[in-house]
Amino acid sequence: MNNIFVYCEIEDGQPADVSLELLTKGRKLANELKCQLEAVVIGSNLDGAVREIMKYGVDTIHVADDEKLYPYLTLPHSSIVTKLFEQEKPQIALFGATSIGRDLAPRVASALKSGLTADCTSLEIGEHYDKKTKTQYDNLLYQIRPAFGGNIIATIINPDCRPQMATVREGVMKKEILSNDYKSEIKKIDVSKMITDADMAVRIIERHIEKQKVNIKNAPIIVSGGYGMGSKENFNLLFELAEVLGGEVGGSRAAVDAGFIPHERQIGQTGVTVRPKLYIACGISGAVQHRAGMQESAMIISINNDPKAPINQIADYTITGDVAEVIPKMIKYYKKNSK
Amino acid sequence: MKALKIIVLAKQVPDTRNVGKDAMKADGTVNRSALPAIFNPEDLNALEQALRLKDKFPGSTVSILTMGPGRAAEIIREGLYRGADNGYLITDKKFAGSDTLATSYTISQAVKKLAPYDIILCGRQAIDGDTAQVGPQIAEKLGIPQITYAEEIISVDKEIVVKRRLERGVETVAAPLPALITVHGSAAPCRARNAKRLMKYKHACTVSELQEMSEDYIQLHKNRPYLHIDEWTVDDLDADEAWLGLNGSPTKVKKIVNVVFTAKESKALTASDADIEALMIELISNHTIG
Repeated sequence: MNNIFVYCEIEDGQPADVSLELLTKGRKLANELKCQLEAVVIGSNLDGAVREIMKYGVDTIHVADDEKLYPYLTLPHSSIVTKLFEQEKPQIALFGATSIGRDLAPRVASALKSGLTADCTSLEIGEHYDKKTKTQYDNLLYQIRPAFGGNIIATIINPDCRPQMATVREGVMKKEILSNDYKSEIKKIDVSKMITDADMAVRIIERHIEKQKVNIKNAPIIVSGGYGMGSKENFNLLFELAEVLGGEVGGSRAAVDAGFIPHERQIGQTGVTVRPKLYIACGISGAVQHRAGMQESAMIISINNDPKAPINQIADYTITGDVAEVIPKMIKYYKKNSK
Repeated sequence: MKALKIIVLAKQVPDTRNVGKDAMKADGTVNRSALPAIFNPEDLNALEQALRLKDKFPGSTVSILTMGPGRAAEIIREGLYRGADNGYLITDKKFAGSDTLATSYTISQAVKKLAPYDIILCGRQAIDGDTAQVGPQIAEKLGIPQITYAEEIISVDKEIVVKRRLERGVETVAAPLPALITVHGSAAPCRARNAKRLMKYKHACTVSELQEMSEDYIQLHKNRPYLHIDEWTVDDLDADEAWLGLNGSPTKVKKIVNVVFTAKESKALTASDADIEALMIELISNHTIG
């Protein structure tokens, strides 16, 4: 009772990284709250996944192992999680902010009539005093998340309802094995008692890997390269930085014409107009046609060998130097300093 | 396949995507009044899926349902211009302060009034909160299956077959009707306004809006009942007030911090480790990245 639960996503028999990151965070929160950490694992052929999950210092693992529970389906998974939470009454329940977690957690929260906060970037324990009811709350979960397109950071609490539920994106928390020899207690879930025929009404016809079309227009962060990048290979650096920061890669017309990057990524008057939160211009001189497509960006960083490049006039930060030297440093120091 | 009854759930949102330099105040915080109110982008993707079904199955109806202040009637008109048949605005001061749980309760009570229905469509998430919670929570409250992250409705027969867009690929699923579908931004964009429909519906309004209008306008509405946008308050819903608004919202906002963009003038840096590290720390601490 009153423990911390983490729903563990399974892909190809292994727990997803985001779930291991949440277990790592959950272990720390459990230590702080002096309660236990429990995991819920739902799928089929779960022995390997369960062995992996143990290493993160989980006290109890609830396992629902049945052929029909993999791949993930909303209704059977939400039925099991809802019923388990009704029995076990967790104080905190964490899910990955993935297409699975964001499908499952709201359904469970609605059934339990409890609060849920999406896409948290930080979870902390803290207190709260309600002036209206003169009630002091201790040991609440502070669910900290950006809102309003990332323009505000809100701290959300869930004072009265349990569990306090949150989703967290992959890569936001660190994953750390506690001990390779950690032994968890395994509790098998009797699947037949938890799901009905109606829960199996939706079926998966097909699943396959298919790349999404490029969507630079809505990317919050854009790393963009110009003719000054020199080659198609050098653009790989930009893709690396964009991947690390959770952004997309764009290019100037000159870079597109030179064949460094496909046309669908062209930014500027004849390409796409973008207004990201952050625009990193790499080796872009900043012709007026290019600037027309990106000057509304909330923040602009220009990396260029030439301190007099026209783009520097509209940049918030100018870095004078070689892109091939600067970008690996940006990746290195981002990784070092992000949580 | 028979004609379908389709409900599109839509939200009017501030356009947070276009927070450019002009939308920031001198102190670096967001100037909310400078942000235009728009039809939530993914709800437009949902509307397009609804209109395609209407094209395919003649006799189908598409209703827009929105919850919000009186001015949210604007997005119902927008939906009518693009091909929806009618709209419902749920509005009441008692809904103020609703979190996703209270919102989903309110909307699900309104949807129940429109039963029987075949398909409920909505955007995956709204750009002001980005939670993606209200769709699945409504499905749970209605006791119907949900298909989230939909990119395309492939067919509707005894079942609805939908292609979903996931992180690493796509998945095709089949669900019995009625079902709730949340539509991903990678789905087809919404068709433009139709000029004839714009002329036909530009005077469409709710009862509250009509009260502000001239006698001529009221007469026009009497002659053309299709201009009427239904407006429901809490009294029109069979709702338990304990589950509405702030009271019905388990989550509370403890603290809000505005993200402050301090860099006003260009800062010149070198490629040195110290400069780059200081920059990354600054970008992380002001939440530009990370």
